[in-house]
Amino acid sequence: MQLLNRTLKCTLAAVSFTVATSAFAVDITGAGATFPYPIYAKWAESYNVKTGVKLNYQSIGSGGGIKQITNKTVDFGASDKPLKQDELDKAGLMQFPTVVGGVVPVVNIPGIEDGVLKLNGEVLANIFLKKVTKWSDASIKALNPGVDLPDSAITVVHRSDGSGTTFVFANYLTKVSPEWNDKVGADTSIQWPTGIGGKGNEGVASYVQRVKGSIGYVEFAYAKQNALPFVTLQNKEGEFVKPSIQSFQSAAQYADWKNAPGFYEILTNEPGKATWPIAGATFILLQKSQDKPENGKEVLKFFNWAYANGGLMAKGLDYVPMPADVVKLIQAHWKANLKAADGSVIAAE
Amino acid sequence: MSNSNHKFNSGAFFDKIFRNSTMFFAFVVFSVIFAIMATLVVSSLPALKAFGAGFFFSDTWNPVTIQFGGLVPIYGTLVTAAIAMVIGIPVSFGIAMFITELCPNWLKRPLGVAIELLAGIPSIIYGMWGLFVFAPLFADYGQPWINDHLGSLPFIGVIFAGPTMGIGMLTAGIILAIMVIPFTSSVMRDVFEVVPPLLKESAYGLGATTWEVLKNIVLPYTKIGVVGGIMLGLGRALGETMAVTFVIGNAHELSASLLMPGNTISSALANEFTEAVGDVYTSSLITLGLTLFIITFIVLACAKLLLIKLAAQEGKQS
Repeated sequence: MQLLNRTLKCTLAAVSFTVATSAFAVDITGAGATFPYPIYAKWAESYNVKTGVKLNYQSIGSGGGIKQITNKTVDFGASDKPLKQDELDKAGLMQFPTVVGGVVPVVNIPGIEDGVLKLNGEVLANIFLKKVTKWSDASIKALNPGVDLPDSAITVVHRSDGSGTTFVFANYLTKVSPEWNDKVGADTSIQWPTGIGGKGNEGVASYVQRVKGSIGYVEFAYAKQNALPFVTLQNKEGEFVKPSIQSFQSAAQYADWKNAPGFYEILTNEPGKATWPIAGATFILLQKSQDKPENGKEVLKFFNWAYANGGLMAKGLDYVPMPADVVKLIQAHWKANLKAADGSVIAAE
Repeated sequence: MSNSNHKFNSGAFFDKIFRNSTMFFAFVVFSVIFAIMATLVVSSLPALKAFGAGFFFSDTWNPVTIQFGGLVPIYGTLVTAAIAMVIGIPVSFGIAMFITELCPNWLKRPLGVAIELLAGIPSIIYGMWGLFVFAPLFADYGQPWINDHLGSLPFIGVIFAGPTMGIGMLTAGIILAIMVIPFTSSVMRDVFEVVPPLLKESAYGLGATTWEVLKNIVLPYTKIGVVGGIMLGLGRALGETMAVTFVIGNAHELSASLLMPGNTISSALANEFTEAVGDVYTSSLITLGLTLFIITFIVLACAKLLLIKLAAQEGKQS
């Protein structure tokens, strides 16, 4: 009986403690893109240690992020597919970029090591268009003299859920293949001409690991985590480049954020000899008019802190942080666009 | 006198409460089903307006051009459930027969417990096992055999020829069969066990073999329960989501081969619902949900008709 009493008291104390702490700090909620999830999770953890503010980020995919912020069920949405100015205006939203990352094609061909297989945009598009169906195809052999390519069928692996990673990848293919542009196009979900679908970056990675002769595309961190052999790609300048933070950085420097209305900027197929051609920024979406200004303020505080202190953490996970001058642009954009319901400016100094 | 009268009255009072409350619960089910149906119909109107009845016969699923058709997932749902039934029913039947009629007494309990444990495993575990363990083995040993021996047959060969990826419609059907077996077989076992021993013993006394006893005594006595068990399994196979999503390949592509990836209604919903942007996309997914609802209803109605027919035959025989 005494034991029971004590347990009860302990539980009560624990409950009141949690209630007290959660009442003290405003917790922020976000949902969306899976592509930046590793870095947002890391930032959130460090930020929580520092300030006690909890960030609850659900990586449900870019389409889900856009949907949730439009319905105002979260404090911020996240998407790898930027919205155009008119789409933003229609939903009463504003957006800003957080980090730049890379999408990499990964393969599982017995005997082929990391980075050995060379492809260009056209051949990559033809594989995903079901026009090139064997690894021993002449067009692949021409790019890989001396590599022993097996005579096996190619299995394409793509995302089964809607995804910003898909948008970035398909957007690249629209730029390098007129046929892809006409037949398929680019969006977070598309009608794939061929292949099997895996749920999330993890799903694609695990299918590629298990299916021999397969090719898929994942965010770089997932390729590294799963030790999947990636493909060396030919960029706009004709150079063969391996994915790395340097080659993503090279793509990022061509972004002209200053002249992009609403920060609408897509970083695929950028110039530069060292540029990885399938790079993309990932974006945060906020309601322009904040019903709960305290929450809006906390969101801004969090990203302000992340821009100032999160660069190294981002680089550790192979994301390119925003340069200081772009951060200034973003902060000015906050001041100009983000208002409380009564019209007062929210952005912190 | 007055005392017993009082008792009688209070009994009638509680009877009334009892009857009304049970009736209320029964009608709650009605209204919930009606509400679900109404919501599904209303929410699927935008898609039906945009595509009409063509929605059910079109195999396009293109979020870029906002063109949707439900043929691929509907076909996938029916085919995987059919595979699950083709494998699941005979196996469940065998298991239930063995446990009730042939099994030595000391093995009965452990076998029964094992089956109930199988029924309790969450579907996602079946999915993960299917993807990580079954699919690679199936790709290396099962599918090449199927390709070589069945793929070259005339006419039905196309169904069994294809790339050996390990995942696809056939894999999904097999995983579903494994998931359905514990349900169906434990229902069958339970109904087999309620057959009065006297009936069986008298048949044995007349010189019937075990098989004859099963065919002529046990099955006719339990047919309603057996059909019920099969329907329970079929219901699970039609609606199963997570396990199928793992192993079916999630492609909106129509192909004759069972080794190719496909899609089912529930796996399409699981994959795309959070992501669907725009009214028509969401509405198309909800229309798929409505279709699953209708398919399940038709299946249950057919089962009921079958039972009525069986009952009618029984009347003629006696």
